[in-house]
Amino acid sequence: MEILRTESLVKTFGGLRAVDGINFRLEGGQVHSIIGPNGAGKSTFFKLISGELHATQGKIWFQGEDITDFPPHVISHKGISVSYQLTNVFPKLSTLENIRIAVQSRKATYNFWSHREMLREVREKAESILEVVQLLPKRNELACNLSHGEQRHLEIGIALATDPSLLLLDEPTAGMSPEDTERTIQLIKEILGDRSVILVEHKMKVVMKISDKITVLHDGKILAEGKPEEIQSNERVQEVYLKGR
Amino acid sequence: METQDRSTFAAWTRITDFASANSLIVLLAFLAVFPFLVPYTAIATQILISGLFAMGYNILLGYTGLLSFGHAAYFGLGAYGAGMALVYLKMGLIGGVLFGAVTATLGAMAIGFLCLKRRGIYFCMLTLAFAQLFYFLALVVFDNYTGGDNGLRDIPTPPISLPFGISLSVATPLRFYYFVFVLCVLSFLAMRRMLNSPFGAVLQSIRENEKRAKSCGFNTNRVKLIAFVFSGFFSGLAGSLYAIYYHIAPLNTLYWTTSGSVVMMTILGGMGTFAGPFVGAAVFLILEDVISVFTKSWQLFVGAIFMLFVIFFPLGIWGTLQERVFYRWLRQD
Repeated sequence: MEILRTESLVKTFGGLRAVDGINFRLEGGQVHSIIGPNGAGKSTFFKLISGELHATQGKIWFQGEDITDFPPHVISHKGISVSYQLTNVFPKLSTLENIRIAVQSRKATYNFWSHREMLREVREKAESILEVVQLLPKRNELACNLSHGEQRHLEIGIALATDPSLLLLDEPTAGMSPEDTERTIQLIKEILGDRSVILVEHKMKVVMKISDKITVLHDGKILAEGKPEEIQSNERVQEVYLKGR
Repeated sequence: METQDRSTFAAWTRITDFASANSLIVLLAFLAVFPFLVPYTAIATQILISGLFAMGYNILLGYTGLLSFGHAAYFGLGAYGAGMALVYLKMGLIGGVLFGAVTATLGAMAIGFLCLKRRGIYFCMLTLAFAQLFYFLALVVFDNYTGGDNGLRDIPTPPISLPFGISLSVATPLRFYYFVFVLCVLSFLAMRRMLNSPFGAVLQSIRENEKRAKSCGFNTNRVKLIAFVFSGFFSGLAGSLYAIYYHIAPLNTLYWTTSGSVVMMTILGGMGTFAGPFVGAAVFLILEDVISVFTKSWQLFVGAIFMLFVIFFPLGIWGTLQERVFYRWLRQD
């Protein structure tokens, strides 16, 4: 079943067509990777889906609803969650509080009177997510004091905390050592469940290993689309992207 | 000798530990006896009022991460609101105080709504511009009602009328201190409650990373506006009390230097800590009081001390104390 679809999506910055008429389709429950050289429009495409940027032309449909012009907080409530390429956590709050706030967004925003610790359900869920991302022993540590790898895991934890049906992962293993990369991929596989994932990643090994489908972007357009093995053997993709990797 | 040092140190750290964990209780206990610790009651009352103002301001600066340069507007609206309610509308004391606070709250709603359309430096400048707008409105446009340059004078202090026909006068300095004290206690408890609530958590998440707070699903614009309005309410309450205490709503309550002072007090004491801004207000006013005995240019010295703090103790007085205490506690474990 289709969960997300874009219809000739365009985003221009001045004269630059960063995203240039993309027709994209995501099947529910799949891991769909987007690859392409730097400047291909991957990040812009992500930001259009998450509502951080608004499309110049075209439409985005999520679970049958037109979400093209929704602001980020509404899109979050629709069930799309982002894990950012550059670590984007709440630095001076504890690890637990980072997750707890994200969980709380589904339960209480305008509760001025009860103590935040009293929302037991929220706290327990936050703790269970911390456990999944292997940060429970560091629950009281400030997020800014975590190692890079741990911050990346916290980042994924925050994205998970809102119970998304679609997870956008922007280079989840960026800047990681091979061991950390391996651990993170393991983690992503564990959290998948029946969620759909759009993954942007530069490490081809990672992409080939966990993707159900791959879309190759080049100059804001779709260059090729298909199963990992089809992409690997595609000549045009070889030419613009895979050569030398 | 050494052991004695160590035991005094231990006793001292026990006190600071308690103080940092229960800053509200310590603050309230201290304030209950405060007028008897200072040479005259007036300074204690001033500190309470400015402390309330700074703590209200801190909701925005310290907890939400929004720098407003225009909080004189809400302090001044509170002062003039209360003054007009008592002078023209002949309201009672409590009614006058509330009228001032509500006037400021409505002002904060309108100004906050407009200023929050912009971020960062533009937000700052808009808050400043709106405050100056109110200053000139009071000076020129509505000077028939505000007294223009002279301020709104002869504000009475009617007795509080309680049920069963009892009326309670607060006209002596000490009584007025305790009147302000009671309102401050209620305000501090309410602020404490709000900052510890789930809503308070959202404020902090916006301070830390607004973009992420948004993508977690919070309508950050609306949350920031609510914080702005809360902050305006407590600033206005402080302004009301100020006008009634001095029997005048002076024009400079609306002037930008009032906004500047509250920024200084908050940073000096430690923004983002609960009691810090109050400590900052106290230190600021005591320094002013002590130094102005020797020289007219007391601001030169207060300014220098402020700069030293920003450079060497950016967490402020209370913030630095808390962190030192907290770190030692971590090491011990």
